[in-house]
Amino acid sequence: MLSRTADHLFWMSRYTERAENTARMLDVNLEMALLPQTSQAATAAWQGLLTISELDSLYKHTHTNISAKQVIAFMVADHNNPSSIASCLRAARDNARAVRGALTTEIWETQNQTWLELQQMLKAKAYEIDPGKFFEWVKFRSHLSRGVAIGTMLQDEAYNFVRMGTFLERADNTARLIDVKFHSDKDQGSMTSHYMRKQARGVQAAPSNATDFYYWSAILRSVSAFEIYRKVYRDVIKPERVAELLLLRADMPRSLHASLNGIYVNLQAVAPDAASETMRHAGKLRAELAYGDIGELLSMGLHAYLTNFLDRINDLGSRISRDFLLPAA
Amino acid sequence: MCSTSGYSNANSIDDMNSGFDEMRHASGAVREHYQGYEQWLSAQPDVLMRQRLEEAETIFHRVGITFAVYGEQDAGGAGTERLIPFDVIPRIIPAAEWQLMERGLAQRVDALNRFLHDVYHQQDIVKAGVVPADQIFQNAQFRPEMLGVNVPGNIYSHISGVDMVRARDASGQGAYYVLEDNLRVPSGVSYMLENRKMSMRLFPELFSAHKVAPVAHYPDVLLETLRSMAPSANEDPTVVVLTPGMYNSAYFEHAFLAQQMGVELVQGQDLFVKDSFVYMRTTRGPKRVDVIYRRVDDDYLDPMVFRPNSTLGCAGLMAVYRAGNVAICNAMGTGVADDKSIYPYVPKMIEFYLGEQPILHNVPTFMGRDSSELSYILANMHELVVKQVHGAGGYGMLIGPTASKAEVEDFKLAVKANPSGYIAQPTLSLSTSPTYVEQGVAPRHIDLRPFVLCGAQTQMVAGGLTRVALKEGSLVVNSSQGGGTKDTWVLED
Repeated sequence: MLSRTADHLFWMSRYTERAENTARMLDVNLEMALLPQTSQAATAAWQGLLTISELDSLYKHTHTNISAKQVIAFMVADHNNPSSIASCLRAARDNARAVRGALTTEIWETQNQTWLELQQMLKAKAYEIDPGKFFEWVKFRSHLSRGVAIGTMLQDEAYNFVRMGTFLERADNTARLIDVKFHSDKDQGSMTSHYMRKQARGVQAAPSNATDFYYWSAILRSVSAFEIYRKVYRDVIKPERVAELLLLRADMPRSLHASLNGIYVNLQAVAPDAASETMRHAGKLRAELAYGDIGELLSMGLHAYLTNFLDRINDLGSRISRDFLLPAA
Repeated sequence: MCSTSGYSNANSIDDMNSGFDEMRHASGAVREHYQGYEQWLSAQPDVLMRQRLEEAETIFHRVGITFAVYGEQDAGGAGTERLIPFDVIPRIIPAAEWQLMERGLAQRVDALNRFLHDVYHQQDIVKAGVVPADQIFQNAQFRPEMLGVNVPGNIYSHISGVDMVRARDASGQGAYYVLEDNLRVPSGVSYMLENRKMSMRLFPELFSAHKVAPVAHYPDVLLETLRSMAPSANEDPTVVVLTPGMYNSAYFEHAFLAQQMGVELVQGQDLFVKDSFVYMRTTRGPKRVDVIYRRVDDDYLDPMVFRPNSTLGCAGLMAVYRAGNVAICNAMGTGVADDKSIYPYVPKMIEFYLGEQPILHNVPTFMGRDSSELSYILANMHELVVKQVHGAGGYGMLIGPTASKAEVEDFKLAVKANPSGYIAQPTLSLSTSPTYVEQGVAPRHIDLRPFVLCGAQTQMVAGGLTRVALKEGSLVVNSSQGGGTKDTWVLED
């Protein structure tokens, strides 16, 4: 298939996935904001979200202070923010439109309909009136886009690039989602990171207060994993188990391990050379997750691990781009 | 009920008297081929028709059948896309009329293709004094780069969109005239197909009551035509559609046709030339391209030959074309045959190349380059339609009867300054067709663009794109100026 077509398909699904994960991230922050907390802690949580999305400086360019309402507007509706839900859904739709001939009618119509409905919702400020409901809508449009692609596409190269885009973006976003709290807690020295540090030293402890429970269960819910956690561990919510579930479990659909499996399988299907550097990098990262141990990762420091992981995912994306999507003339 | 009797209200008496209506005789009686439809229409509750119209708009939006508006942006900085209004009332053409039109179109396009081959080879028609040399060689659309180039089957215009209008003739009957030949990158066929899909969806019952010739196989015929032009050595040729990209106003159509034919939609950046062949960049390395259905203008096709700063084409394409290693549809340089200054000579071309009488008539045309015709144009401008020979899209023209005195005087100055840049025609009262507008069903002026496909053989699907001027009394049907479209039914015997 045309390299340019593959590029558009890849980015169509990446942007859709990104919009979904931004909605998830905002949703978890919003849920956390309902807990009793100091105003500094609340501000820190929104600040953490901006930092982890690498949008600090862009936000500060146009805003002087941080509030839930402003950050949500910035992350949902601001066209000057390339990662806002509106920008992502527009980019997804633009990419789809650029290759609409290579898409099934259902995929194109789903992307287009999402875009049209979004215009209405932005106009009506749906994200201010009932943000939870709006985020739910974003998630379900993403479910629909993905489901329509899986359910209607011929499983050829085009399909592999669509899937690769989804998994690459998801690996990146899940890593950021886990990292967001560590980021904001770094300076605050809150119970959560303190607890995690104790865990890392092998100190046995149960969740020390209710905030921890709500925090980790919100994280789990944000990746639709609360029930999964209960089912897998039949245990109270323990941070190291949450980390294990979201990093290392291959059967947890939004985990890093599952995402890497998705990248690897689809990459393998399109790679002409099984021994290529790109395959090697993908395979190595996947193997590290497959044979990883949560205790080891935590002793390394989760934030350091995730930072490194994000760099490598970014590198993998560039390699895929060079190999297939934008080959040199 | 959805009355069509309001059709002959005071507003439309002028049209009814001077013009030709597709549905009704001057007496108001319904023409035979419209009777079934008219009965059905007058039995439809108004609210239902209104609902169907809204439904159609929703579907067109969702499907994204839009055209890009140049130079406009939405709040988010994205380009603006608009719907071309769709009229729910079809335009109906009886079988016998279509059969005549079909023969006439094939004849005309055949002659035009022969003319193009002649122009770029031995130029017999100039030597015979039928078309003046300067009309061809001074023409901006003449491409010296095409001189002596041999194209497959000597066919230049593979896809031709011929604009037809109908007007009352001396006997009071409706006569078809060719208004314009479009031999470069004619568009609109996707609307022909989508409009049919829409009416079948909205009014399935009508299609069981009428024998309407199908049009949905057009992409198959197009693909067959394109494949038949491939360089001879290749048994399974690779066909691509070349588009300027998603910001082009006809992008929807480019994508649509590529998808319907199952071929790649490429942009200039996807193509490159190596060792005298054209390739496209794919995820599995370069792939050779045999036939390019290009929807990019001549000027932008090859920066090494035409505009050097174009990024929409492919450097070196012309050399590959000359070597016979790729087919380009339509060929470059076809504009010299569809130019308004060449149009008046087409009937003579038909006689010259085919030894036949033209089946379809031209609109009588006065040429500014002829001094006696020029004085006629200047003296009668308030009654004429005056067109710039290189204008398109309804721009660069004056409709005398509706223009102000000042506009007419201004145009006179422009014509005097450059007489050979203008032609003039009597103001035809284009035929009207019942159209669903705010006030209900009313007559609006229409034209028709059927598409002629020339490959190993000449083929047409029975139908075309009917454009309608939605503004009361307006004669301008272009979508860029408020025109809409209709489904076009050719009835089968």
